[in-house]
Amino acid sequence: MSVALQAVDLTRVLPGPVPTTLVAGVDLGFAAGSFTAISGPSGSGKSSLLYLLGMLDRPTSGEVLLSGQPTASLDDEQRARLRLERFGFVFQFHFLLPEFSVLDNVLLPMRKLARRSPPAMRAHALALLDALDMGACAGKLPAALSGGQRQRAAIARALANDPAFILADEPTGALDTRNAAAVFAILSGLARQGRTVIAVTHDQGLAATADRRVRLVDGRVVADDAPVTESACVERMAP
Amino acid sequence: MMPLPLTIALAHLLARKRQTLVSVLGVAMGVGVFIAVGGLMQGFQGYFRSQIIETNPHILMTDEIRQPAPQPLQLLHPGAAVAITRILPRDPVRGISGAGAILTALDAMPGVAAAPTLRGQAILRRAGRDYAVTVLGIEVARELRVTNLTKDMVQGSLSALATQPNGLVLGLSLATKMGASLGDTVVAATSAGGEHGLRIVGLFNTGLEQQDQGIVYVPLAQQQSMQARPRVVNEIHIKLADIARSIPTAAAIEGSFGFKTAPWEETYARVLSVFRLQNLVTYGATGSILLVAGFGIFNIISTIVLEKARDIAIMRSIGLAGRDIVAVFLVEGLVVGVLGVLAGSGVGYGLASLMRQMPSPGATDPSQRLLVVQSVALYGLAAGLALATALGAAWIPSRRAAQTDPLDVIRGAT
Repeated sequence: MSVALQAVDLTRVLPGPVPTTLVAGVDLGFAAGSFTAISGPSGSGKSSLLYLLGMLDRPTSGEVLLSGQPTASLDDEQRARLRLERFGFVFQFHFLLPEFSVLDNVLLPMRKLARRSPPAMRAHALALLDALDMGACAGKLPAALSGGQRQRAAIARALANDPAFILADEPTGALDTRNAAAVFAILSGLARQGRTVIAVTHDQGLAATADRRVRLVDGRVVADDAPVTESACVERMAP
Repeated sequence: MMPLPLTIALAHLLARKRQTLVSVLGVAMGVGVFIAVGGLMQGFQGYFRSQIIETNPHILMTDEIRQPAPQPLQLLHPGAAVAITRILPRDPVRGISGAGAILTALDAMPGVAAAPTLRGQAILRRAGRDYAVTVLGIEVARELRVTNLTKDMVQGSLSALATQPNGLVLGLSLATKMGASLGDTVVAATSAGGEHGLRIVGLFNTGLEQQDQGIVYVPLAQQQSMQARPRVVNEIHIKLADIARSIPTAAAIEGSFGFKTAPWEETYARVLSVFRLQNLVTYGATGSILLVAGFGIFNIISTIVLEKARDIAIMRSIGLAGRDIVAVFLVEGLVVGVLGVLAGSGVGYGLASLMRQMPSPGATDPSQRLLVVQSVALYGLAAGLALATALGAAWIPSRRAAQTDPLDVIRGAT
């Protein structure tokens, strides 16, 4: 199993009259096809770490390596392109565009990437929705869906461009227990398909279903039950 | 499948139908008024300009010398550093000397027709009243080559002056004021003394008050006799086949013969400058409606940007770049602009058609209607201004949208 994503001494400090450290010197490697749950108390830097890993934010110091390649020098356009091609995001709130149907929401990233023909895009989007048991809701607006259905639609959108990485930020935070378990089962299944899934959650029960659990406190890693060693990372980064 | 920015833009606008409609109506109003008022202005100015050009010479040579003749010392030492100051050109009181030779030379120039004229003042007397007029003594055969006055003749003809040595052609409105009609005789008196009986052989109506009330035509020989200036002409009227060449041709003629030779643009410079001012005021006023419409577009797009901060954040997070976000909101401005231009073109056409049915105020011919120009250029100018305003109004909020940090919104929502 190779290391696909790696945080190297990653630090993020919010500037201001009183600078706030969100993430402090985090070193973590994420193997391809793994399912990692990051947990910790509120304000521990879980989400901030996820945004740094997903190219949504820039570290104050340290580096994120993507397939062994540094990303610090990438400009905003290049980072946007990487997010489009290689990352799928699922947030606590579904963030579906309210004027668009579920199908159009799933089509959105595909249309931007324009790698498939329009009929192929549509077929792929419908296949994704079917796989998530959302085929019947393709033509509905987000407002007509239940909370669980919205989150599954958001997962379908995250998968639209077949990303290598699925980053989920409290994806079950707004769901009931049954839907939360279903969403985590979907994320687990995605990892089994070979995607690297990193999910932030404060639910220890759900975190226990992941392959690996990382715990953060005050922006620092305080527990990691299946760490990927630095030597192994370097070795795997070499090619 | 339509482009992604257009899809998102249409979804945003359709979600706010009433606001969108108001913005489109604002642009449509601006475009419509611009087209209608601009067309009316162009129609008026075009008519006035064509009347000036058609009834007056394209180039007017007068017996005035603007540049003094070269002095003997300069002729003796050509190219030498000779400076002679305070020289005034000689005033040729006897009119244009060598007019015959000048006319022959002008006739030889391609695309140039010329006619000699003696201009002078006179008083026309009729029924005990006096009317001050400018009398133009013309050689009819030549004058017909340089003027389109014949198309404005409403009674009699200009060419009748060729067979009537004491013939008089004057404006219909002047004749009406004098209570005279075709075939009547009026008396003309000049500063040279004596009174001359003139018989009305033609009446014209150019629509230009100054022309119709103030200028009359008689045969050249008659005018020379009335003014006691035998064999003198003090103007040469020149018509060009290509009016666009009036300025360089006038300069070349003045350079050759020395007499002041003014193209129509110089002769009517004051009128043209009034037109320019008129255009500035008209297009400024109508353009300001478009500016106000631009505020409407700015308002709706700013509102959408504020309302859609979360959607913008998610679009950024899934990989749309800043320029994609700018494109979405510019397209929104463009859609409002295009719809406004289309509707406004219809409004403008309707208003223009309506105005064309209205009688022209002050026209001597009661059947004359307002002239309203409808040209592709006018519609294009209105559309260009409206679209530029729409894009300009959309630009500021679209830049702000592109600069939205998705994390600020996502952090705030989670």
